[in-house]
Amino acid sequence: MYSQTVMEHFNNPRHAGVIDNPDGTGEVGNPTCGDMMTFYIKVKDDRIEDVKFQTFGCVAAIAVSDIVSEMAIGKTLAEAQKITKKVVAEALGGLPPNKMHCSNLGADALALAIQNYQEKTEPPQADQKAKKRINES
Amino acid sequence: MKRVYLDHAAATPVREEVLEAMLPYFRERFGNPSAVYDLGADIKEVIEAARAKVAGFIGAPADQVIFTSCGAEANNLAVKGAALAHLKKGRHVIVSAIEHHSVLNSARYLEKFHDFEVTFLPVNKFGQVEPERLARALTPATVLVSIQHASNEIGTIQRLKELTGLCREQGVVFHTDAVATAGQIPVDVKDLGVDLLSLSGPALGAPKGIGALYFRRGVRLVPQIHSGIQENGRRGGTENVPGIVGLGTAAELAGAELAANARRLKDLRNRLVAGVNDRIAGAIFTGHPEERLPGHASFCFEGIEGEALIFLVNARGICANTGSACASKALKVSPTLCAIGLSPEVAQGSMVFTLGGDNDQEDIDYVLAELPLAVEKLRAFSPVWRKKLAAASGG
Repeated sequence: MYSQTVMEHFNNPRHAGVIDNPDGTGEVGNPTCGDMMTFYIKVKDDRIEDVKFQTFGCVAAIAVSDIVSEMAIGKTLAEAQKITKKVVAEALGGLPPNKMHCSNLGADALALAIQNYQEKTEPPQADQKAKKRINES
Repeated sequence: MKRVYLDHAAATPVREEVLEAMLPYFRERFGNPSAVYDLGADIKEVIEAARAKVAGFIGAPADQVIFTSCGAEANNLAVKGAALAHLKKGRHVIVSAIEHHSVLNSARYLEKFHDFEVTFLPVNKFGQVEPERLARALTPATVLVSIQHASNEIGTIQRLKELTGLCREQGVVFHTDAVATAGQIPVDVKDLGVDLLSLSGPALGAPKGIGALYFRRGVRLVPQIHSGIQENGRRGGTENVPGIVGLGTAAELAGAELAANARRLKDLRNRLVAGVNDRIAGAIFTGHPEERLPGHASFCFEGIEGEALIFLVNARGICANTGSACASKALKVSPTLCAIGLSPEVAQGSMVFTLGGDNDQEDIDYVLAELPLAVEKLRAFSPVWRKKLAAASGG
């Protein structure tokens, strides 16, 4: 049912976890559809330094989360934003058709985390918290 | 690696005695039972002997059992066949919300193509149909009620006698799907008061591809497979002779071993349930605690998804089932888990164990050692579990 790559990422996810004080977070999914993912990113000089994820979901959802994290680390924000569902599925050696959309949410969660980071660093109306974080970095 | 098979509701290994009994009917005694010459005609007696064994197993007269290709076909024949035979009386059928897909979708077929009205009866939190609800749902147009004997998903046994009595009083045909109960608890058609009852071979140690339907004398059925007059015209198509012989043998064995088997399974199941409750926090037991199949244990583990859990334990040699949406082809959460009032999130963490003759205490202890590790592994990166822990420590 699942490719060997999917099973490897599912059995040994290397990027599962939480980043304390992340630079951006992105949350997708809902329990009704089955899968929920939270992505945490650490950004330095416009480049993704680290990614961690937390995922409630099936084998595909967990494997997707892990490979998206792996693909994003080291990429610039612009490069990371180009990671699509199609690219993710290909990197995993394919996904069962019925899992293509419902479990393949990693790229969306990552995009939201990047968006969250960008809103914090370039806020239309800069709030105190975001300013403080910019100063710290 | 050790292998522990705990999905006997899905399939059982064909029993040695059953296979032995079947073998001559593949090659030496291959004749078509409808033939006139000896090689075929002799097979008729073989079929009738198997029919008598299956009938005896459920306390029915020998001529009131129809062989089908599976439990699902038996359910289709019962629901569609009985409903369509009573069109003059009305077009209303009642099924419980937690029936097998073969019953639910047969009812939906009647709704869509034959203008039937279908009532999907809700169940209580244990998964039981309450008699008052059935009484309120019955109308003069009701021709059929189909309520399972027990659930494969949550193990709950229905209080059928209370329900069949109501229907008998009003002359409504009552069908029960006994696929889950046969071989686990006594199934007696007279005692239960049912008019139609479905059985499946693979639940009893017979192979896939054979099932049976009991019909009370006088209950009319429109055939669902049209052909010659096999099965007295109630089910066309050349008989699956090896399968029929296998089901007969399996039913005879299951009947003889019933009490001892149930006691043994219940002990093993109690050990499993106690162990899980002891070792895993956030384990929600599903179904009725006492009125349940002896070999059935089912849970929802909070904060995780069932398909992932099944794959993890499978990597350690354990085979079990789940009602999680992600594991179903349609990606829909099990209607049974919804009907007993579980939230979709909790239902996602479903895990179902169905024990069988090949299981022993060592198997259960192995599961109790491996399962907590798998649950813990998935919870370690579950956002749902993290929020639950945060809420618990915050509150």
